[in-house]
Amino acid sequence: MTKLIIILLSAVFINNYVLSRFLGICPFLGVSKKLDSATGMSIAVIFVMLMATAVTYPIQIFLLNPNDLGYLQTIVFILVIAALVQLVEIILKRYIPSLHKSLGVYLPLITTNCAVLGVTILNIDEGYSFLEAMVNSLGSGLGFFLAMVIFSGVRSTIEGRDIPKSFQGLPITLVAAAITSLSFLGFGGIIENLFA
Amino acid sequence: MNTAQNFAKGLIKENPVLVLVLGTCPTLATSTSVINALGMGAAATVVLLCSNIVISALRKVIPDKVRIPCYIVLIAGFVTMVQMLVKAFAPDLDKSLGIYLPLIVVNCIILGRAEMFANKNKVFDSAIDALGMGAGFTLALFLMAAIRETFGAGTFCGIEIPVLIDNHISILTMAPGGFFVFGLLIAAVNKFGKHKPKKKDFGCEGCPQAASCGKTGCGEIKEEATEND
Repeated sequence: MTKLIIILLSAVFINNYVLSRFLGICPFLGVSKKLDSATGMSIAVIFVMLMATAVTYPIQIFLLNPNDLGYLQTIVFILVIAALVQLVEIILKRYIPSLHKSLGVYLPLITTNCAVLGVTILNIDEGYSFLEAMVNSLGSGLGFFLAMVIFSGVRSTIEGRDIPKSFQGLPITLVAAAITSLSFLGFGGIIENLFA
Repeated sequence: MNTAQNFAKGLIKENPVLVLVLGTCPTLATSTSVINALGMGAAATVVLLCSNIVISALRKVIPDKVRIPCYIVLIAGFVTMVQMLVKAFAPDLDKSLGIYLPLIVVNCIILGRAEMFANKNKVFDSAIDALGMGAGFTLALFLMAAIRETFGAGTFCGIEIPVLIDNHISILTMAPGGFFVFGLLIAAVNKFGKHKPKKKDFGCEGCPQAASCGKTGCGEIKEEATEND
């Protein structure tokens, strides 16, 4: 149990996918302008990360490993994730149209999001059990959510400020991301000591 | 456009990282040391070259509707090959690049060039385009890594630099430093870059998700990048 909590907390705070592992930077910079789109995107990411892990983990353990096909991991995972996202979108459209309306636009964006492929590969590399892998995916998704929400707040204060011309747009956003990332550095070492 | 121009545009005018702002994730993650950056650049260039050549050769065979899944399978195949080669011949590099090596699959530069260039042009032109873009990617990575390693760790390619080794700013090699240096570099390009690419040069069609995204995400990034003129 303690191990699960450590995995969860370190995925959210220490190894934050966006701010310390640099995965999923594109949506982080692109969709974080407004709080509601940041929230929508993050919920879709959490959802897809959990689904992707639930599907790819058994494929790796029961299909690829026993047949010595480990080298097909990259191809299989990206195809499974792409197909899965399409499937989820079709099902949502058919049965839960209200949810499709709020998440639908973000789902196709996630297919080629490196955070999702990253979390499924990392779960295998770290040698997690199925439960640990799911907890890690949940933590990574929550970490993405936290980073997106915090950063959309930071960006709203930048908006409309007097910024040097060459820094307008992306550069100032990246510098702000650096400062946000700095605040997450402070979590380093806390969680291991919490349970020591 | 002649061959030389075709090659040179990837280096400066349409540099994939600093001007088109594609492939930010590997840029930030692997630019902690010069060796890593060059390794990542080389790996991505090889994948880009192979995928551009094959996609260009197959451009009349692949049906338009299923082209993106086809491209992804092709790219994933080449990435797996490069992964195995790096594992066999440069195991240290494999360890330090880690997860970012398989993640070349979802690098926007590769899908982006397939969509923007390879499926409309001849094989030779596509190969030159891939080499130019790959060189531009490597150049940008090298610049970032040179700044981060020299000032962050006080070394260059692992060789210690006399004064800086005792006065290194270690935050530059950590995550915040990556964002910071990248921001400064783009600002410098905005300041000193003479050529301002027009939006149509690399509009949304360059983004692999353009068909489905409706400018939710990627559009905004590019708009910002061009708002600066």
